Amino acid sequence: MAKKEVVVIGGGLAGLAAAMRLCEKDCHVKLVSLTPARRSHSVCAQGGINVAINLANEDDSPIIHAYETIKGGDFLANQPPVLEMCMAGPAILRMMDHFGCLFNRTPDGSIDFRRFGGSLYSRTAFCGASTGQQLLYALDEQVRRFEAEGKVEKFEHHEFLRLVLDSEGRARGIVMHDLYDLQLHVLKADAVVIATGGLGLIYKKSTNSTFCTGAANGRLYMQGMKYANGEFIQIHPTAIPGIDKMRLISESVRGEGGRIWVVGDSSKQIQFPDGSMHACGQTGEPWYFLEEMYPTFGNLVPRDIGAREVLRICEKGLGVDGQMQVYLDVTHLTSEKLHKVESVLEIYQKFTGDDPRKKPMKIFPAIHYTMGGGWVDWPSSDDPNRLGRFRQMTNIPGCFNVGESDYQYHGANRLGANALLSCIFGGLVTGVEVPRYIDGLKKHVLNFPSNVFDEPLAEEMHLQKELLNRNGTENIYCLHDELADAMVQHVSVKRDNENLRKTINQIKEIRERYERVCLDDHSTNLNQTYVFAHQFRAMLEISLIIAKGALLRDEFRGSHYKPEFSKRDDEHWLKTTIASFDSSQDEPVISYEDVDLRHLDPTTRDYSSAKKMKPTLKNIPTNIEPSI
Amino acid sequence: MRTYILKILRGTSQHQYWEEFELPFHPDANVISSLMEIQKNPINKLGKKTTPVVWEQGCLEEVCGSCSMLINGKPRQACTALIKDYTCHGSGTLTLAPFTKFPLIRDLQVDRSRLFEVLKKVHAWIFARGSYDNKEFGLKVSPELQESLYPLSTCMTCGCCSESCPQVSEKSKFIGPAAISQVRLFNSNPAGRLEKPIRLRAILDHEGISACGNAQNCVRVCPKKIPLTESIPLIAREATKQALKDFFGLPE
Repeated sequence: MAKKEVVVIGGGLAGLAAAMRLCEKDCHVKLVSLTPARRSHSVCAQGGINVAINLANEDDSPIIHAYETIKGGDFLANQPPVLEMCMAGPAILRMMDHFGCLFNRTPDGSIDFRRFGGSLYSRTAFCGASTGQQLLYALDEQVRRFEAEGKVEKFEHHEFLRLVLDSEGRARGIVMHDLYDLQLHVLKADAVVIATGGLGLIYKKSTNSTFCTGAANGRLYMQGMKYANGEFIQIHPTAIPGIDKMRLISESVRGEGGRIWVVGDSSKQIQFPDGSMHACGQTGEPWYFLEEMYPTFGNLVPRDIGAREVLRICEKGLGVDGQMQVYLDVTHLTSEKLHKVESVLEIYQKFTGDDPRKKPMKIFPAIHYTMGGGWVDWPSSDDPNRLGRFRQMTNIPGCFNVGESDYQYHGANRLGANALLSCIFGGLVTGVEVPRYIDGLKKHVLNFPSNVFDEPLAEEMHLQKELLNRNGTENIYCLHDELADAMVQHVSVKRDNENLRKTINQIKEIRERYERVCLDDHSTNLNQTYVFAHQFRAMLEISLIIAKGALLRDEFRGSHYKPEFSKRDDEHWLKTTIASFDSSQDEPVISYEDVDLRHLDPTTRDYSSAKKMKPTLKNIPTNIEPSI
Repeated sequence: MRTYILKILRGTSQHQYWEEFELPFHPDANVISSLMEIQKNPINKLGKKTTPVVWEQGCLEEVCGSCSMLINGKPRQACTALIKDYTCHGSGTLTLAPFTKFPLIRDLQVDRSRLFEVLKKVHAWIFARGSYDNKEFGLKVSPELQESLYPLSTCMTCGCCSESCPQVSEKSKFIGPAAISQVRLFNSNPAGRLEKPIRLRAILDHEGISACGNAQNCVRVCPKKIPLTESIPLIAREATKQALKDFFGLPE
């Protein structure tokens, strides 16, 4: 029998985890990536990976981890995948340990753990302050080993452009271009795995790498893939503002004891989370506002809360030097603690010239993570139709979506150090589900007539020629600036309906002007202007999904904050937003789907007085298959 | 208005040329943000319309290794190259050029795939038994060992060490300092010790350890301050020992 042919798009943690698993399941993998896998955006994850293995002897458990993740996501995440992810955590950590990943150690040689936001437990394993880099390298090395054995074929500097769909609507391959010469190629496949990460570049200045445009998901959406919970975009409380990007200052800095403060001003009053009014600290003295407002969690409140409070303090005029910035202070920490986050401190020093060991850092919130993404299925292990469905598969049969580019696990807000876990877990699950899907296919892709592939290829050729020769007046990078400005201003921390409506109209106007771009480069030799212009079309569609989802959702949940509707509204909005593309409409078509709440009833998401507790989850299936 | 000049070596192999751009000074600008500025209005210093400059970039936090180039002749990452550091002293002109030891694609972008290819040659991985649940953790690692290996593991394959090395050229096949450092990393990791001989044998040929000329440029340009010149002689001794063991048929 011929080998199962699988195309994996994206060489970050999720894509590599899937590729590795697929090789072990005897598939032939073609790995397509814009950049060498080892440079993927996973390298930027700093703080760590959450695994409830209780090595710190705090009575932690995967159940508590799942509870905190569901609560951290403000009850918007479907609960079965969250539970299974948390349960798989310990095995994933052991696997990464066997891959030689260099986790920090305790004196007895065991893996060390630190605390992270939204949790009361030391549950975060870490490698200095470059955990994502170390995990990515470990998986990249395992996949390179398979590559050397001929089980993986890499197509780096290649970009996914569209799916090839057969007459039944099943994914049968992709069309891609080679960034070096813009040649178009078809890759045939029995299944396609999308692991293309987040979309920070829609906001231009974010903590994301510059290739995180969200274009792949935008293209898939325009081919019929449902996109879920688009309006949920995470703002990280602590980044260094720059003119080319926002540079992340890891949550681990606070996990190791870093404190956020501004100079107090007792003449000003502010409302605390419990509704009471308080003076803004003492005039002239450091005011540790998060510690006062949230005594239990302090500086380690979930990111959505941290980002909102920092903004609120700055809007009160309390920002450092009257600007939109607050202090993140590590000057009091021991050299041992500082050493654990050294790489972050070094980056701060390189970009600002100031030594954070001597002078508090100045930071501000920045766009950081995409909770929404491609809609994917998740049959729970005790669902009666479990075997007829496939975990991580989109509504397009044979097209899977995993990692930051899918929508599962994090609900309305992701907890720090849960992303690395969800990427590896999702990748491993996909690596099991894809071969099972292919086993059920009646026809192998290599037996398909070539005309199935000719048509999409011809369409891309036509598009390429047209875009390369477009001769208008608009500059694509200037259009990008306009889009990003509108998105940062109106579709980030604080949202209001009037401006969301305006932004939607503005995006549509940019979409019209996009038809009149003139590329300043018409060549086919590594033409980055063309590549970006092609991506930009898809980015516009995703921008509309984000803005429209935000406009319709009249409530306050997780990262989606609308002062006009200042409360979570479970009666009307405890549901997943689904955006579908309809070429006859000029906006996404939005529908809703119930959230799977089978394990835990929604409660108030309180961080001001929460205490450690033993949560009970109900309906835990007895037959959960180990994912690894 | 204060300005500065970016003088960029552009074009393709055999067709390279210098082009200058004059840009308004911004205190927070780095080389990347300057190149982004040019994209929005690609007009050179002579006032002539030109194409946007091509370069490779990724995280812009100096951890992905993408944006390597020669800045005023020195190999480094462009994201951490702040304009003010270059223009406050000196001529107010920065030169940008692509690496010279790798095939040129266009403008500032070269093809560094060789750096990843040599990782295959030296077996830069742990011979793990696959992605299954081992039930147990691997061997314990002391905090001191982790401390000593972690810096080696921050190598981002940026290629600065190879670019600076007189022994590396498009013709020579020397695997370069980074790959040798990776051998040390995997051979010292408790999870990778059993396969030490495989990695050492891989670097015994003329492409390997013996090609190092001890110029010590590599360690001076490494953006991550990886102790490359400490690793090379160490691995050279180990490799020689391995060769002797193999020659006399001694047990491991």
